[in-house]
Amino acid sequence: MSAASGRSTRGETIRATLRTALFLAVFWLVLSGHFEPLPLVLGALSVALVCWLDWWAGLKQFHNVTVPFLLRLPRYLLWLSWQVLRSAVAVTRQVWSPRPALRPVVEPTAAGDLPELAQVIYANSITLTPGTLSLDVDDDRILVHSLVFGDVDDLHDGAMRSKVRRTGASS
Amino acid sequence: MIVVDVMSGVLLGAGALFALSGGAGLLRFPDFYTRIHAAGVTDTAGAGLILLGLMLQVSSWETGVRLLIILLFLAMTSPTAAHVLAHAARRDGVPVWREGDERR
Repeated sequence: MSAASGRSTRGETIRATLRTALFLAVFWLVLSGHFEPLPLVLGALSVALVCWLDWWAGLKQFHNVTVPFLLRLPRYLLWLSWQVLRSAVAVTRQVWSPRPALRPVVEPTAAGDLPELAQVIYANSITLTPGTLSLDVDDDRILVHSLVFGDVDDLHDGAMRSKVRRTGASS
Repeated sequence: MIVVDVMSGVLLGAGALFALSGGAGLLRFPDFYTRIHAAGVTDTAGAGLILLGLMLQVSSWETGVRLLIILLFLAMTSPTAAHVLAHAARRDGVPVWREGDERR
């Protein structure tokens, strides 16, 4: 499973699809809470559609989502929420100030030492924080558009990067 | 109970304020990229605080779980959409507004 770089065998594909289908079916039942025929049929159709899309797009899901990672994620999300709130206040002040003091910069920030999933989390966290926006992600850096230079400078300091790394997200 | 109602009201009010500010920023900020930052305030702090405020009002735990799931999905999809938009704009050569430029 872990060496998912090459092509997976037919059996592996079927097993992965079944796992996805099971997860989606449970998700549907928990969310709907209805067990009448019509919702069940609609649910089955949705699950089939999503599984087909998944296979068609060649996604390899859940291969790198481990239990320790899921356990460490809530703490990171709490920290991130706090950051989001802080920078939302900063951007809101810019919005309502008579003359917004915007000095947008576009700068790359290092992300090469992070595994793939961690890079995705890092880039999404950058975008989720108002004031910074990830424009492009390549192998070793993320291009960031920032409203003021200070925000991208904070990213260079690497507090967010090391917090993302500590979630243990792998490739 | 009244404490919970007050907390929920504060969260809802703050969320509404952030959502409104995002909209105002969308109109006031000078170019495409800076406007994405403003829109980000609406769908992170605005939507997040409103959902938290609603979670304090739920009568059954199922509704709370659903609201939490909505919050998680929002936290995954909105930055992805913003990133894709910004990436496409950059690829198409939309210039970045610098201090002193005209509004676009």
